[in-house]
Amino acid sequence: MSDVSAAAHPVRVGLFVTCLVDLFRPSVGFAAVKLLEDAGCQVEVPQTQTCCGQPAYNSGDKVDTKAIARQVMTAFADFDYIVAPSGSCAGMLRAHYPELFADEPAFLPEVRAFAAKVHELVSFLTDVLRVERVAARYDGVAVYHDACSGLRELGVRAQPRQLLRSVAGLTVKELAGADVCCGFGGTFCIKYPDISERMVSDKVADAAATGADTLLAGDLGCLLNMAGKASRQGRAIRVRHVAEVLADMTDRLPPIGAPAERR
Amino acid sequence: MQATSHDFKENARHALGDKNLQAALGILKRDFAGRRGAAVARLPEFDRLRAEGRAIKDHVLQHLDLYLEAFEQKVVSLGGQVHWAADAAEARDHVLAICRAAGASTVTKGKSMIAEEIGINEHLEKNGIAPIETDLGEYIIQLRHETPSHIIAPAIHLIKEQVADTFRDAHTHLDPARPLGEARQLCDEARALLRPKFLAADVGITGANFLVAETGSSIIVTNEGNGDLTQNLTRVHIVLASLEKIVPTLEDVSTLLRLLARSATGQEFSTYTTVSSGPRRPEDTDGPSEYHIVLLDNGRSAMLGTEFQDMLRCIRCGACFNHCPVYGAVGGHAYGWVYGGPMGSVLTPQLIGVKEAGNLPNASTFCGRCESVCPMQIPLPKMMRHWREREFERHLQPTAYRAGLRFWAFLARNPPLYQAATQVGAALLGWSGRGRGRFRSLPLAQGWTKGRDMPAPEGKTFMAQWAARQKQRAS
Amino acid sequence: MADSRDKILGNLRRSLRRGASDETAATDVRERLAEHRPNTIPARATALDPEARIELFIAMAEEVSATVARVAGFEQVPAAVADYLAQHNLPSDMVITPDPALSPIPWQERPTLSLRPGIATGDDLVGVTGAFAAVAETGTLMLISGPDSPTRNNFLPDNHIVVLRAEQIVPSYEEGWTRLRALKTLTEGKFTMPRTVNFITGPSRTADIELKIELGAHGPRRLHIVIIDEPAGD
Repeated sequence: MSDVSAAAHPVRVGLFVTCLVDLFRPSVGFAAVKLLEDAGCQVEVPQTQTCCGQPAYNSGDKVDTKAIARQVMTAFADFDYIVAPSGSCAGMLRAHYPELFADEPAFLPEVRAFAAKVHELVSFLTDVLRVERVAARYDGVAVYHDACSGLRELGVRAQPRQLLRSVAGLTVKELAGADVCCGFGGTFCIKYPDISERMVSDKVADAAATGADTLLAGDLGCLLNMAGKASRQGRAIRVRHVAEVLADMTDRLPPIGAPAERR
Repeated sequence: MQATSHDFKENARHALGDKNLQAALGILKRDFAGRRGAAVARLPEFDRLRAEGRAIKDHVLQHLDLYLEAFEQKVVSLGGQVHWAADAAEARDHVLAICRAAGASTVTKGKSMIAEEIGINEHLEKNGIAPIETDLGEYIIQLRHETPSHIIAPAIHLIKEQVADTFRDAHTHLDPARPLGEARQLCDEARALLRPKFLAADVGITGANFLVAETGSSIIVTNEGNGDLTQNLTRVHIVLASLEKIVPTLEDVSTLLRLLARSATGQEFSTYTTVSSGPRRPEDTDGPSEYHIVLLDNGRSAMLGTEFQDMLRCIRCGACFNHCPVYGAVGGHAYGWVYGGPMGSVLTPQLIGVKEAGNLPNASTFCGRCESVCPMQIPLPKMMRHWREREFERHLQPTAYRAGLRFWAFLARNPPLYQAATQVGAALLGWSGRGRGRFRSLPLAQGWTKGRDMPAPEGKTFMAQWAARQKQRAS
Repeated sequence: MADSRDKILGNLRRSLRRGASDETAATDVRERLAEHRPNTIPARATALDPEARIELFIAMAEEVSATVARVAGFEQVPAAVADYLAQHNLPSDMVITPDPALSPIPWQERPTLSLRPGIATGDDLVGVTGAFAAVAETGTLMLISGPDSPTRNNFLPDNHIVVLRAEQIVPSYEEGWTRLRALKTLTEGKFTMPRTVNFITGPSRTADIELKIELGAHGPRRLHIVIIDEPAGD
């Protein structure tokens, strides 16, 4: 069991599962639930959640974004915290929702209060719940890619590395250019696939150059992108969401992009 | 300069396949970021200076008219002249008139992005006056009939073999068999060739990194000393500067100068920081007898009071270029006009219109690295998003793209429909991809699958599995 | 084109939503210009005593490929210069600015040195100048134009030798401006800038070709700084 912070009453967390996890890799959602419950939280998953609104926001469609944002804030109204296994979605809710409603001064305080409760998963465990280690095993050498929004909007950098250091059997190496964008960028990889592809090639080459057998990150968009490139290049590196490793779920779960039989 | 920003995608494709360019960009990516990081680490006060720099510029912008008037007054009191140019054409006219009045046949030029913006070289040439670029990078691209690809290092897109070829082609009076394999040899050749040109020029044109209102001064920052030879050896010194270059006092500009070189090249201070104030004094034994400041608006005043005002804080250091993975992949020419990189992506639509330049603010992942290194704390991704908002309002995005986005938003605003659709999608893709765990190709996703595999979904959505799990626990 | 001036200023005032007769804004500007208050000055040099400041200046200057010689007094300058020329196989013909600060140098001690007072030409290999001040923070020289200090002498000669006294080394650019204001106010009754103030940090260089740094782009290939410990005013 991981260390449990002495809470007088269980912390009620609303899990914002994110559209990519929901659609592509629900296991990450379950890993998040496990980590949160192990740390003493009571986790609920509002059924009316869909998307954080980033695709609309980053395409300049403020009207749809605001509608989605209101829906999110309504769905997650009653929690102590809202936690997402994604720096980019958490960043959208925490950093951008207040920006989005800057022109509605009457509503803004409510938005700010909501935003203040939003956290990215791993930094929530370390910074709020004071989790210092996890009980997990992963035999391998991993590098960690710092997804941009988590890094620059939410300051997520030391926390995943800290928890990964506690995973038995795991060596964590530093990745050159860990803080350089992988080229996913949501709509960017669809609008400018050639440039996106060059960026992800560089990223995957950097990861391979370290000799690591595993590439980790906290954002599924980045991971799908990097796994897709590594797979196309026939590289052996295994790509996983950091939550899967921390929640000790890698035994039964193939890496991203790998068939079910392969480990 | 004729813009090709609308062709950004094609430009980028071309750039990605250009082996020489990619080799050159590799050097830039490897060296520039590290140098800045090291310089910043050596100055504990750096972040405080950034905040102060930002405050100085914000203050100036709130009082821009008054500072420009104060500056003009000071310049005139020193015996200089100030020419106000609403747009590029007026600026060109001013420069030509001054050169004609001086009877100029050759004009030496220090590096100036404003000169590029107004297309002054072509204009002078058309009117029988020869402009001679003296900054080594600018000299090289002038010989190649190219435009600068970076606001600090204009020829950074070239490898040295290309420069050697250019020199051999252009300097035909020299021995064709001479060795030009090293940068040292190329520099020495340019030095020897340009020295007499400096001495013979009638007019010298420089840009200005800053203008100082307190003293009526213009400041240029170089490492070569070419800007100094340009302005000191001629009878007439013309300074090209856009409105927002103004800074209140010498103390204020000292703060900005501390930020500039460190952010640009990782130097503590550029080799030559020169503060020029008016023409030579009666007692001076050298210096220009005429000092002209051409103040250019060309869209700046229209930015004040808008959501793009913060862009006017830019001090043209180039740090955003050096840290941008998109610039690092395609280089500066892909952007298709004078200003590239993140700052160009915000400024170019303002200056030449979002219809022409809309690709630029779209070709960003919003990674935020630019903003994190900007010495003036300019929120570049936010302003790129504002351009996308303008495009959305005006229906300027490709129809299919807009339709896809609106459809996604429609689903997202409809949770039951969304869940039904995602369950179907996950099941379909999960089923067809279950064997290999990934797709080599996917209809409607060729942009992705051209160069990458698409990992297959697990098959059931999280929301469906969670609902089932909750139901099971309840029973 | 006075039209454009009015048009531009009008646009600015409209964007800022201010009438031309707004007194608060005008006062703010006037006061800021008059006070010219310094912002944060890095502690790097300001925290040092004069001797440590000199050492910092030397270290920073050497970092940017300037060379530095330190001598006790004016009498040692000719030897220091002669040594420098010999070290680099340079001829002994030099152009020197007629700067009164350099007049105590007893050049006759080294008769082989040939000095031409005046303006540099494109053919001068060695030029000697004084300096107004030197900024320890970044190893930067501060030179000003004047009847005895033509600016081109800082740029045309292949080798630039600068002679200054240790007490001219200031911690920051701000201190340099303070001294310049004081000098100009003293000598001219009010502060106006010289035509040119050059801040020079090492010899000329470029990195325009593959980011490889090469010295001697258009300005001097070498910068040699001779610091005299002996204070003035005796």
